[in-house]
Amino acid sequence: MTRRGWFLPVLAALGFVFLYAPILSLVVFSFNESRLVTVWGGFSTRWYGELLQDGQMLGAAWISLKVGAISATIATVIGTLAAFVLTRFARFRGKMVLTGMVTAPLVMPEVITGLSLLLLFVAMETSLGWPAGRGLTTVIIAHATFCAAYVTVIAQSRLRDMDVSLEEAARDLGAGPVRVFFDITLPVIAPALISGWLLAFTLSLDDLVIASFVSGPGASTLPMVIFSKVRLGVSPDVNALASIMIGIVALAVVVAWILLRRQTRPTR
Amino acid sequence: MDTGVFAGADPMTAQVTADPWVPIRRLALLTFGLLWVFAATGFLVIDVSAQVAGTLKLLSASVLLILLVNEVTDRLGWSRRWLVIAVPMLWLLVFFLVPFIVLGRISLAEPMIARPPYSPLWDWGRDGALQIIASLDNFRFLLSDALYRNAYLSSIKVAGISTVFALLAGYPIAYYIARSPEPRRSVLLLLVILPFWTSFLLRVYAWIGFLRRDGVINNVLTWAGVIDEPLVMMQTDFAVYIGIVYTYLPFMILPLYANLVKLDDALLEAAGDLGASPTVTFLTVTLPLSMPGIIAGSMLVFIPAIGEYVIPALLGGPDTLMIGRVLWDEFFSSRDWPVASAVAIVMLVLVVLPIMWLQSVQNREASQ
Repeated sequence: MTRRGWFLPVLAALGFVFLYAPILSLVVFSFNESRLVTVWGGFSTRWYGELLQDGQMLGAAWISLKVGAISATIATVIGTLAAFVLTRFARFRGKMVLTGMVTAPLVMPEVITGLSLLLLFVAMETSLGWPAGRGLTTVIIAHATFCAAYVTVIAQSRLRDMDVSLEEAARDLGAGPVRVFFDITLPVIAPALISGWLLAFTLSLDDLVIASFVSGPGASTLPMVIFSKVRLGVSPDVNALASIMIGIVALAVVVAWILLRRQTRPTR
Repeated sequence: MDTGVFAGADPMTAQVTADPWVPIRRLALLTFGLLWVFAATGFLVIDVSAQVAGTLKLLSASVLLILLVNEVTDRLGWSRRWLVIAVPMLWLLVFFLVPFIVLGRISLAEPMIARPPYSPLWDWGRDGALQIIASLDNFRFLLSDALYRNAYLSSIKVAGISTVFALLAGYPIAYYIARSPEPRRSVLLLLVILPFWTSFLLRVYAWIGFLRRDGVINNVLTWAGVIDEPLVMMQTDFAVYIGIVYTYLPFMILPLYANLVKLDDALLEAAGDLGASPTVTFLTVTLPLSMPGIIAGSMLVFIPAIGEYVIPALLGGPDTLMIGRVLWDEFFSSRDWPVASAVAIVMLVLVVLPIMWLQSVQNREASQ
């Protein structure tokens, strides 16, 4: 690194302040006694207590966790298969289509994905009778679909970096393709799949727009409840909830990061 | 790779390559088969809730299906390659591609007071003749109404300005990280990714507390004596730019970093040795070489920002016109599904070119 004075580090530092200041202030003000969110009225954990009594919020949180866990699992299976097919299989019919279908959801505006999926579900309901109405199932399918794209990207980069000679050796020793996948490939890419699952889980937990389109009565996810609250203004119990979620995510990311690092070091 | 054909033809090789899993698989097939029959008929299922029974049925059915397909392909000696391709392919076709076809078809329909609220594609007319109902009226309506035109233009403007700001903020960070020595580099990279993992909605929400009239920024500036009157920042386009730059910054930084980290130091040194100042070196060497990263990062911010709904809804004012918001209102407030679909189709046309550009840049990067 060439020493080029203070300019670049200062700009980068300002960038990190920009990234973290709002999050930190959110956490600090969640411990604020005062209902006025921006005026400090002394330290208190009052809002955390009120949060635990909010039945609507807790119910929505439970729904979101369920949707997140199930859709992340489906997304991980589909994403892993898609990544495997794209990196390991030579040319096959429809490879370009599959490549497009796993990259497009990453940038597709959410309103388009949400609306088009809802229209599909309605059309399927009128012509096939399934899914009957909208609710948990439709939200899970929608989330699994857009999360699968993210899992594919993560799994794909791991599959590309991985030493292919391990798989070839196993095949030479007489293992069938299925056995090679489960005994060699899967353990090697497992850390990437774990972080892919976690990413899918947080993305699902986070989604407001798509869920609002495809959800039905009785299946309001946590972001939907938060959004209706936040639209009316800043509320201190949302601050408390945000702090809890940020804490959990930060912990999970750091754990995933350590796992990934430990895994990548020996094979590289 | 598939020895199934030989294994079936020659008993000797079949013995050699005999899979020790076969009896276990058969046993599992039997177990899950019985389980599914029990769960489906309600036989032997004692006092479990409908939800548990349903889950059990679904679970055993899917395991059964996998085992059955496995067994059949095994017996017939088929390659299982297409099966592996079929799972992600079918899922994405049905739940990602087909919805766009449905979207296109409904954008040609007429709104109706019915369930679902649009006209069917075909109908038996009064005289019994088949009629196909499809018209471009919705698109004509979009073109004739200034609201939609302005919304599209203003979305492009907001997304474009935000992308430029994100590039200006993201480039120094990406460059700094790429030039950092290793242990620090990983930590900084993690710090960039971390906010991306925390809730998007809550990160936008955090800015309300910052930008409000009695928010953190106004409080600090008043306390420092910089301003007497609080600044009006909430419900302006400025707040929307901030919100977009803030939430999409990691998408800008990561591709830039991935590109800049590959930059060869020798090139910079050579430029320096030939008498170029750091600024000239940056403009003539670093910047042109990082172009693929700039394009990828900019597209990753620009494309989703065009259809953004949450940020203008929370931070923008009533006159912040963005097409994602128009679509949302058309669907949820006016309940006009065909017009909402037409709005989405036009938006799709708008983002298809940038998406293809992004893809071609990424393919070129990957093949290098």
